[in-house]
Amino acid sequence: MTMNAISRSQIYVLDQDEALDFYVGKLGMEVNTDADLGFMRWLTVNLPGDPEREILLEKPGPPALDPATAEQVRELLTKGALGGHLFMTTDDAHKTYAELTAKGVEAYDEPTERPYGIDFGIRDPFGNKIRIGQMFTQA
Amino acid sequence: MSRAVEESNRAMLRARDAMDRAYAQPLDVPALARIAHVSEAHFIRTFRATFGETPHRYLQRRRVERAMYLLVQTDQPVTEICYAVGFASLGTFSRTFRDIVGESPSAYRRRKELAAGVPSCFIKAWMRPSDAGRPTQGRPTANADPGAREPISFG
Repeated sequence: MTMNAISRSQIYVLDQDEALDFYVGKLGMEVNTDADLGFMRWLTVNLPGDPEREILLEKPGPPALDPATAEQVRELLTKGALGGHLFMTTDDAHKTYAELTAKGVEAYDEPTERPYGIDFGIRDPFGNKIRIGQMFTQA
Repeated sequence: MSRAVEESNRAMLRARDAMDRAYAQPLDVPALARIAHVSEAHFIRTFRATFGETPHRYLQRRRVERAMYLLVQTDQPVTEICYAVGFASLGTFSRTFRDIVGESPSAYRRRKELAAGVPSCFIKAWMRPSDAGRPTQGRPTANADPGAREPISFG
């Protein structure tokens, strides 16, 4: 194996400004890159202290996707069926859950203790799932 | 047209998320329709068109899935599990469970063991009974003895 890190992952968002409001404004992520490439807006975010792992917030549409395909992507995304699942870790799941829901973030799963840790699930404004876990130290 | 579909999908997803999150509470269709900002009749029809089953059925199957989980993962009595997952009576729980799973809660408990280390939202997504059938993607296990399975670890 010659690969050594997962540096970026991509999810689809329906509106990049609204995505910034959510991922930066509510979740507390940082803008890593916001560049107008002419053909697309290259917009990535990362967690504070972890700039090596970026999430590309891409808007589906032409010419990358033909209009009919883009419409399918948007429909699947909004019904929560597109995938694009992010997993993050936290030091305190209950506290993070309380802070996020107080900001109006929508949850689909409350904090639950599991063998691997305590985690909960939230939904971004478009339909992507984000799972946030306080992981137990592995023996 | 397309924008309206997206908004409708997202509203239906919001109501479905509420069922996944708050299945233990006395949720009903009027409350869910309010979450989606539509009338009850519109909600039932649109939810079914979006996700392939009625909201009532979705919630029943979510509650039964959570019951299946608790039956295997805990030693709680069946009666306690019935109320813990949101059913209001033991009779309704037993009838619904048998109707959906094909056996009684205690028979299911005797027979099953679940993987312990997967994130619970994946268990909830993949173990919720469906008309489309049982999960089929899993790799066949070499040893079918449920007690022999090594718990995998996430994170």
